[in-house]
Amino acid sequence: MELKILNIGVLTWLTFLPVLGMIIVLLIPKEQKSAVRWTSLFFTVAQVVLAFMVFTKFDRSLAGVHDASTMQFSELFNWINVKSTGWFGSIKIDYYLGIDGISMPMVFLTAIISCIAVISSWGIEKSIKGYFALLLLLDTGMMGVFVSLDFFLFYIFWEIMLLPMYFLIGVWGGPRREYAAIKFFLYTLLGSVLLLLAMLALYFSVSVIDPASGEKIHTFNMLAMMNPANYDANSLLAGISTSWRYIAYIAMFIGFAIKVPIFPFHTWLPDAHVEAPTAISVILAGVLLKMGTYGLLRIAFPMFPDAAVHFAYPLAFLGFINIIYGALCAMAQKDFKKLIAYSSVSHMGIVILGIAAMNTQGMLGGMLQMFNHGTITAMLFLIVGVIYDRAHTRGLDDFGGLMNKMPNYSGVMSIAFFAAIGLPGLSGFISEAFSFLGAFQSFRWLTIASAFGIVLTAGYMLWTLQRVFLGTLPEKWNNLTDINSRELAMLIPLTIIVIILGIYPNLMLDVMNTSANSLVDFVKMNSTVSFGN
Amino acid sequence: MIPQLTIALAILFIPLVSFVILIFFGKRFAEKSGLIGTAFLGADLLLSVYLFFSKMFSEDKVWDFTFTWIDLHTVINSIPLKLDIGIMVDNLTAVMLVVVTLISFLVHLFSLEYMKGDVRYSRYYANLGIFTFSMLGIVVTNNYLLMYVFWELVGLSSYLLIGHWYEKKSAADAGKKAFIVNRVGDLGFFIGIMIVWVQFSTLTFSGIFSAIGGGNIPFGSTNWLTAAGLLIFCGAIGKSAQFPLHVWLPDAMEGPTPVSALIHAATMVAAGVYLVARTFPMLTADALLVIAYFGAVTAFIAATIAIVQNDIKKILAYSTVSQLGYMVMGLGVGAYTAGVMHLVTHAAFKAGLFLASGSVIHAMHHALHHQGDHHTDAQDIRFMGGLKSKMPITFWTILIFTLAISGVPFTSGFLSKDEILAGTLAFSHFNGHTIIPIIGFFVAGLTAFYMFRMLIVAFMGEHQNKERIAHIHESPRVMTVPLMVLAALSFFFFFSLNPLSASHGWFFEKMTYPTVAVPATVAATPTEEFVEEIHHQHNLAMILSVGIAGLGILLAFTTYFWKKISADAFEKALKPVHTFLYRKWYFDELYDATFVAATMGIAKILAWFDGAIVDGIVNGAGHVTKFIAVVSGKFDSIVVDGLVNFTAFTAGISGRLLRTVQTGKIQTYIIFAIAGMMALMMFYIG
Repeated sequence: MELKILNIGVLTWLTFLPVLGMIIVLLIPKEQKSAVRWTSLFFTVAQVVLAFMVFTKFDRSLAGVHDASTMQFSELFNWINVKSTGWFGSIKIDYYLGIDGISMPMVFLTAIISCIAVISSWGIEKSIKGYFALLLLLDTGMMGVFVSLDFFLFYIFWEIMLLPMYFLIGVWGGPRREYAAIKFFLYTLLGSVLLLLAMLALYFSVSVIDPASGEKIHTFNMLAMMNPANYDANSLLAGISTSWRYIAYIAMFIGFAIKVPIFPFHTWLPDAHVEAPTAISVILAGVLLKMGTYGLLRIAFPMFPDAAVHFAYPLAFLGFINIIYGALCAMAQKDFKKLIAYSSVSHMGIVILGIAAMNTQGMLGGMLQMFNHGTITAMLFLIVGVIYDRAHTRGLDDFGGLMNKMPNYSGVMSIAFFAAIGLPGLSGFISEAFSFLGAFQSFRWLTIASAFGIVLTAGYMLWTLQRVFLGTLPEKWNNLTDINSRELAMLIPLTIIVIILGIYPNLMLDVMNTSANSLVDFVKMNSTVSFGN
Repeated sequence: MIPQLTIALAILFIPLVSFVILIFFGKRFAEKSGLIGTAFLGADLLLSVYLFFSKMFSEDKVWDFTFTWIDLHTVINSIPLKLDIGIMVDNLTAVMLVVVTLISFLVHLFSLEYMKGDVRYSRYYANLGIFTFSMLGIVVTNNYLLMYVFWELVGLSSYLLIGHWYEKKSAADAGKKAFIVNRVGDLGFFIGIMIVWVQFSTLTFSGIFSAIGGGNIPFGSTNWLTAAGLLIFCGAIGKSAQFPLHVWLPDAMEGPTPVSALIHAATMVAAGVYLVARTFPMLTADALLVIAYFGAVTAFIAATIAIVQNDIKKILAYSTVSQLGYMVMGLGVGAYTAGVMHLVTHAAFKAGLFLASGSVIHAMHHALHHQGDHHTDAQDIRFMGGLKSKMPITFWTILIFTLAISGVPFTSGFLSKDEILAGTLAFSHFNGHTIIPIIGFFVAGLTAFYMFRMLIVAFMGEHQNKERIAHIHESPRVMTVPLMVLAALSFFFFFSLNPLSASHGWFFEKMTYPTVAVPATVAATPTEEFVEEIHHQHNLAMILSVGIAGLGILLAFTTYFWKKISADAFEKALKPVHTFLYRKWYFDELYDATFVAATMGIAKILAWFDGAIVDGIVNGAGHVTKFIAVVSGKFDSIVVDGLVNFTAFTAGISGRLLRTVQTGKIQTYIIFAIAGMMALMMFYIG
């Protein structure tokens, strides 16, 4: 599958359109605020259109995962080529993009969430040029992560994302923004370092024959790193279930776990969310968290199948902790946004539980949950944003009776809340159900214990709903206005997705199915293969 | 798909259309919303009746349509993994469709008057629509997946309708409580579904039962089969308000009274019983025994509570819980048809009771409003009394319903209750669990007693407030007609032409026992043997039940009508018992003090742990790093830089020393120069 516009591959367009937008935004005089906003919106909408095109053209029968020939829309150029530099050997880094069923939903999600983040940022007044420029750069970083098939490229995008995020929280955030921004930055940087070490270990262990020169060279090509035959016999990561392989896997895992975030690496999340402006919270929860689980699926599992299988139970156990611990912590919160942040921890636990099951249903459930959590939690953060913009407080106990005062707002809110609860007919249900069904096949008791999360979730969500929306309206909120059309414009598309995927999840499952099966089979097959022999 | 199933689909989706129209355009229709909803339901009822007759006159056992909803394109245990869903209509479904649409239609009709002028009138009708849709979904589905889906949707609509007047904290609380308590049951249901799915890779009823029938049992152990059955039954414990999850149902009476009639008496709460009936073929003897006990305990506890309540809706709520316990007990002992029949007969007379109580409350409200009295509780039977002459239609219909629920001959309730009791006798005959029939008969007596207590106190005797009674009027036709329809349906002839036995009526003929799928070693008594025994026990059951119900009624009349026995004296003498029952066995207090408090406590502790410990470690790591940075900074400035500075210092010292020679005076320099030259000359010459 190939799609080119002006002779440039569609994935490149998808990734760098926002950068193009950023350049234009920077050229606009800073007095013309609405030009800045509309330009940003134009480029993100264009990105959504492209993503939708890719989504419709995407061939559902191709697996991808480890097979370069079934990767779709792929683009491969030699990017950096340094001839022999002493002991390091020659360095060859490719600009290698491509997507399969694992990345397709994420690409779509990133485009949508970025666009919605732009709409939600309409009210930003403080250094507006800088804000939108950073937002667009962030968009490129996220998209790049999901389309890269070269580890080095992946890592660059991974790091590109950090910087705008740091500033967006640190400059446009709430009262404790600097603390939150630094915490986010340092925490994720720690993860990046571990990831970098694992990446280098892989680089030096894997070599392929360079088609140009015919000699063996090291490579950052992810697909090459998945193939056991490419490992040098005496390299660090050769063999099966060796301690170095486990160490590398764990290092990589921590790098990704911080992003998810998996307990106990999650405490940056509530702080970052509480301080971040609404749009950034939406991006954080909507897309950034998925990078962690995406990394596990794209990199950690297929490159370390032995370790992935060996650590499947501990991984599932962490998923269980996330689900229950996150839900209980959410229950005790008094800040609306913090509550949603902890609910994210809980819902991402379901993803972890599902993918740890290493079977089709769990994998599909986890992958679908990644997408669904992206849309549902984005809605929840937008909903918090709407009320915060009006009332300038997020205290759950400060409200009550908004149902009558803001009926349209409450209508959308109800859908988001019940989707988060996992009500059938809305998208959250089928992904949660599949994750649990898959996990139950692999970890019977752990899954039963995790399933208690569905009761806790109903508990804290309905309690929140009651405290904020039911009962009587306090006097001081008599002049609150219902949701406006701009706010509806960002919530309605998500609502539609949540309902459609609730009734007909096949739309997304179809895209992921072949790849999920292929990933499961691949991991299973290679978990008993010794690498490099 | 055969045409009849198209009709079934139409029946299913018509209420959804009603919901969609009313939720989006309800404001525009305003007062007409009710009529629109009622019209849709009327059409739905007609279709259901048509489908019912065409099913009853059809030779087919079941009409089924299944399709693959999600194909996972993979194979597990050499079975292709895919989620099949679909709809089916068998006799049970056909009957349930009529029950649901009929009651829903009557409630729509009744509400036209009852809910007139409500703040959210169109929203109310919209919610009735989505409820009816979800409930119909439960009865037409042929698999556990859709069953669970509609199960949850029913929970949602119940939540919305209980909390209809959400400005009131008690209503909002009740809705939340209903949803969460139900979720606890659903958790078990879901785990049961997981077991079934993992083992059989299908969720259709027929697929599962044929797999079990073929000797395939979960994880190769009959214990897991029992567990799967009981876990699915957990769903029924929640929805059908069985002990120990019965606590939500009485609180659900915070919703509008017609809603109580539809959802919390006639249909939704019966969904649990329906679920057990559907699951019946895969229930082992052990599972059935446990189910029977749950039902019996529920029936008993609820009946004891109902005796002492004064709120008319509370009495009816507990009687509902008790009757649901009866149905579950009936199914548990193996009296399948009797349990299902009690579901149907109870739906009619209990909906009738609730609507009648709605009629009374409506009238009381009206009268109290007229008096400007906002303190008297319109639902307390002690403030009613003597309503008989003022509200004759309501009284006569409520009398019929009360006779039916008490199990007096010639009513529908007698037929079904009698069969259940015969079933319990047969059950104990085979396995010696005599406590089950004992509870069964005892509860029958209690039921007759508390129902007549309610009837006598509310309708007979004298009304204490002359002014109020003058303002009490019979409700309008739109409210009384539904009562009369339901009263008619509470007579025996709709179910069997023999007023004393149902076993030869159409219901028993059509609603045959499903084929048991579980292995014979763990199955309950074979159907033929069991049915045979029921026939033996029938006369005994009938005599006992009529006698005991008669005793209960007599006692109620002696106490509350002729006042030969002083209820007050009894109450005083047995104060602790009375309080215990009045406070509903303290279940709410117990749960609040244990589960709720524990969850909240753990949540608080974990939130603290998260902030202080987990995040503390993170911040601690940050502080340690900072500290190390400061130390190394100091090291840098003192030691490393110190060395540098020391060098500089030495240079400085020498500089300063040397500077003293740099006086800037030409004479000094000349002296130095001369001295130097002299020194050099001495060196070279000397």
